Amino acid sequence: MSDSTPQRSATRHRQPAADLARIVVFAAFIAVLGTFPGIYLAGAAAPIVLQNLGPLLSGSLLGPRRGTASVVLFLTLVALGLPLLSGGRGGIAPFFGPSAGFLFGWILSALVVGLIVFLSRKPTLPVLLVANLAGIAVDYLVGLPVMAAVIGDFRAAGIAMLRYVPGDLAKVVVVSLVAAAVHRAFPNSTPRKASTAR
Amino acid sequence: MSNVIGLYQPGRSPLHRLPAGWKFLALLVFAVLIVVFDRLWQLGVGAAVLCVGFAVARLRPGVVLRTMRTVLVLLAVVFALQWWLLGALSAAVVCLRLLVAIGAANLFTLTTRVDDLVAAIERAASPLRRFGVRPETLGLLVGLTVQAVGALSVIARQTREAQRARDAGRSVAAFTVPFLIRTLRHADELGEALAARGVGDEDGSDAARLSEELRR
Repeated sequence: MSDSTPQRSATRHRQPAADLARIVVFAAFIAVLGTFPGIYLAGAAAPIVLQNLGPLLSGSLLGPRRGTASVVLFLTLVALGLPLLSGGRGGIAPFFGPSAGFLFGWILSALVVGLIVFLSRKPTLPVLLVANLAGIAVDYLVGLPVMAAVIGDFRAAGIAMLRYVPGDLAKVVVVSLVAAAVHRAFPNSTPRKASTAR
Repeated sequence: MSNVIGLYQPGRSPLHRLPAGWKFLALLVFAVLIVVFDRLWQLGVGAAVLCVGFAVARLRPGVVLRTMRTVLVLLAVVFALQWWLLGALSAAVVCLRLLVAIGAANLFTLTTRVDDLVAAIERAASPLRRFGVRPETLGLLVGLTVQAVGALSVIARQTREAQRARDAGRSVAAFTVPFLIRTLRHADELGEALAARGVGDEDGSDAARLSEELRR
């Protein structure tokens, strides 16, 4: 009897249903972010769309594995034909277009943000700022070359995307502040390398 | 999952009735051809084929235009930049290629039901079963996520009303923090509900049953 207890707690520890629920609900969260209309902030040349906060927040709050999984699930639903991208877009077409790389970049974005937050001791504001800045940078790193390849010119891609940079930098700050506040209010949302052993 | 509507436009054309898997293969072949071709007349033929496809599918022009709207705006920017940087001919080739590829992808999405696509993927992925992958969970995940979108939309509205009631300002953070906390709480509740139904257990038989329930 007593032999089975540790094994049982080991399987409990994984909590597949709870993990699945977090992944599903955050995929839905990214979708709901897409329903908010773009905001025009002073000085920004493009409307600020909230949806790309989603992958950053998923990584910041769920950690690398579940955060990445939720982004993959969200993109799968989009590809299947659900109009979940901001502006009610969906289907396979967004994955064929010039900004396809930025969508695929979200996967890596969530992974990188999640890894940095996961490997840090505590999700403090500086850690979150670094993590989310890296997350956005990775998205551009994937998105820009793909856009350049699709439209056949790197300069044109760079110029087309330049107008999003100020908004995205502002988003890094907002996401980090939000994630820090949520971590304070909901402390054990992210599995952490060091502090779980406590 | 007949409750999952998506961008699908009901119809009875040959394109609607073509099995999802074959239609997807056709789309891939078409897209590869469009990428390989780089003469304007070749792309023109591609565009003509695509137009025939839209005509056969009998989609309402308004619907088609709506799916292309954001792409058209982007294409206008790309065209202007390309013209300025590389000249009119290469701008036309790049933009026509994009327009045709994206149009074909939209034609696929508009004529393919989400259910059928999920079923086709589950069938195509069934050989992965021997590596421990359970393809049938895709349907479950899609159903659960669509339900969660509904639940979170309600939570978002409630959060916004609460924010307005206590006059908490209109900043993104003042909305997102409470919304996220309630989202995480909703995830915990869903996790308990799924665990109670045996989702995530080794055999997964209850998961299959839950998937069936969601389909109805």
